[in-house]
Amino acid sequence: MSRFALLSYEFKESMLIALRAIRANKIRSSLTMLGIFIGVTVVVLMTTAIKGIDNSFQQGISSLGSDVLYVQKWAWFSGNDWWKMRNRRPITMEDFERFKDLVKLPLATSPTLGVQQSLKYQNRTVDNIYVDGSDQDYIKERNFAFDQGRFFTESESKDARNVVILGSEIANDLFPLGNAMDNEIKVGPVTYKVIGVLTKQGSYLLGDFNPDNMAYIPIETVFKYFMDKEHSSLTIQVRAASTALLEDTKEETEEAFRKVRGLSFNQEDDFSINQQEGMIDNYNKVVGVIQIAGLFITGLSLFVGAIGIMNIMFVSVKERTKEIGLRKAIGARKRTILAQFLLESTFICLVGGIAGLIAAILLSYLVNQFIPTSVQYGAVVIAIVVSLITGLISGFAPAYTAAKMDPVEALRFE
Amino acid sequence: MNIINIEHISKVYQVGTEQVHAIADISLKINKNEYVAIMGPSGSGKSTLMNMLGCLDTPSSGKYEFNGANVSQMSDNELAKIRNKEIGFVFQTFNLLARSDAIHNVELPLIYAGVPAAERRERAEQALIDVGLKDRMHHKPNELSGGQRQRVAVARAIVTKPSIILADEPTGNLDSKTGEEIMILFNIIYEKGNTIILVTHEEYIAEHAARIIRIKDGLIEADVPVVNRYIPKMRVEVN
Repeated sequence: MSRFALLSYEFKESMLIALRAIRANKIRSSLTMLGIFIGVTVVVLMTTAIKGIDNSFQQGISSLGSDVLYVQKWAWFSGNDWWKMRNRRPITMEDFERFKDLVKLPLATSPTLGVQQSLKYQNRTVDNIYVDGSDQDYIKERNFAFDQGRFFTESESKDARNVVILGSEIANDLFPLGNAMDNEIKVGPVTYKVIGVLTKQGSYLLGDFNPDNMAYIPIETVFKYFMDKEHSSLTIQVRAASTALLEDTKEETEEAFRKVRGLSFNQEDDFSINQQEGMIDNYNKVVGVIQIAGLFITGLSLFVGAIGIMNIMFVSVKERTKEIGLRKAIGARKRTILAQFLLESTFICLVGGIAGLIAAILLSYLVNQFIPTSVQYGAVVIAIVVSLITGLISGFAPAYTAAKMDPVEALRFE
Repeated sequence: MNIINIEHISKVYQVGTEQVHAIADISLKINKNEYVAIMGPSGSGKSTLMNMLGCLDTPSSGKYEFNGANVSQMSDNELAKIRNKEIGFVFQTFNLLARSDAIHNVELPLIYAGVPAAERRERAEQALIDVGLKDRMHHKPNELSGGQRQRVAVARAIVTKPSIILADEPTGNLDSKTGEEIMILFNIIYEKGNTIILVTHEEYIAEHAARIIRIKDGLIEADVPVVNRYIPKMRVEVN
């Protein structure tokens, strides 16, 4: 026989011997498989969940626009400056008007001020909706697409007309038949006319700030009905002409706003310029920790499964000492015995791993109803490779013990 | 021609701080188609000698030639190959794979010899027919009597057509009638021209052989031909 033919013959025979052993100990083999099954299931599920959350966050954050600056009283990620920021003057409409005249670089600038209100149409109500007040230029800040209608115009904004644009989810909740356009709804106690419905943007983890679940009205109506114009602090959104110009725009914004606030050169900014980048950095930090912790914990269960296999293989080797002795006496070589036990543990792991993978994929579709998941094809390959390697590693020590047994001693074993 | 040629072998075991000479100094020749019984009380070194003859173990010193090949210098893999091709083992406790049927047990050494499946099956069937177990091929050991189990073991030993058959107390776990049946089987195998080495401590079993080697304290005490060899007359009942 050629060397290759001999190897494939040996492999086939060792595989058959391993399968016989697995079949002979059905309950034990399946319990061992269960360990790997659970391990692989949680690892794969964890990676799909993390990836899903990540995708959804990236999607959400991109709707904020990577080229948009937020001039606000508060910094998004501050250390211990809370008290200092609390005492800052509010950012007013007057500030905004003067600022707008000073800057040249931005593609658009617009003021926003949000309120939380219930929205009502006939007997249908949705509660705790973030309603953003802004002006006509707000649409240039955001990548809005319309299912129906349009955004409000400059005159509607200036004249504080009662018009509203609905996010897709709200439109669906209030108008299941899709007849939102031109109907009048209540925002809190005030009647507004629906002039636009936005296209669905997808699932978000940004919770209340999910744009599908928001409504947009002219900022002047916010002052008219909901908030005090003098004391409310606005967010000014500044969109750079391109991401390349973001830094220049930021510099110009800071300079202009200092002028607006009348700050002298030795005074600190009494406002903050926030941007998406800061949020991403922070998010990455948090998600990195979750990822490592998650993989560590789930990896631990796989590790426990691997120990289970090693344990069972040791028991199996011990139990079959006499059989090993006999096999060696009648001509089994070290590597044949090694292969036999390695194949046994690897086969158990592989079956457990593939079953775990299938379970994880099915479960991830189920979990997707609650939190976004995304099955990673990389994870599929990794799960199979990991279970193979687990089988080989956890089987190696017991298999090696079996392979190097002295046939004389082994035959004498009772 | 010598199948086995042993010159001044010894085997020393380290037990704690003490050195135990299981075999002190033994020289021995066994020819083709001999029927040899090795006898000796327990602790005589008889088992160690048998392990050595069976290539399960190598001597500490001295020379062991098997069919002209120097066993004392062989690697584990070479020893495994010799055991597989040249030696057929029969053990006191049968040592069958409990979960495999008779035919698979007999096939086992052929698997390690790399014999293709179809030929393997054919040869295993023939060996089982030769030991009178034509109707028991697919029975598992626990469905067979003690005598039948030992016959499966004999079939496993002869299926590779080895140079020697090494039987270690083959009747030790059997009643005298079934034991006698096994001895009849050995006699048939011997008469077909095979070489048999029988390890036993029972005089009447040893007398089936044509030559008795007595071991004591790791040395050969006596090596004599059997004058009136006991030839079992009863034929194996084929069931």
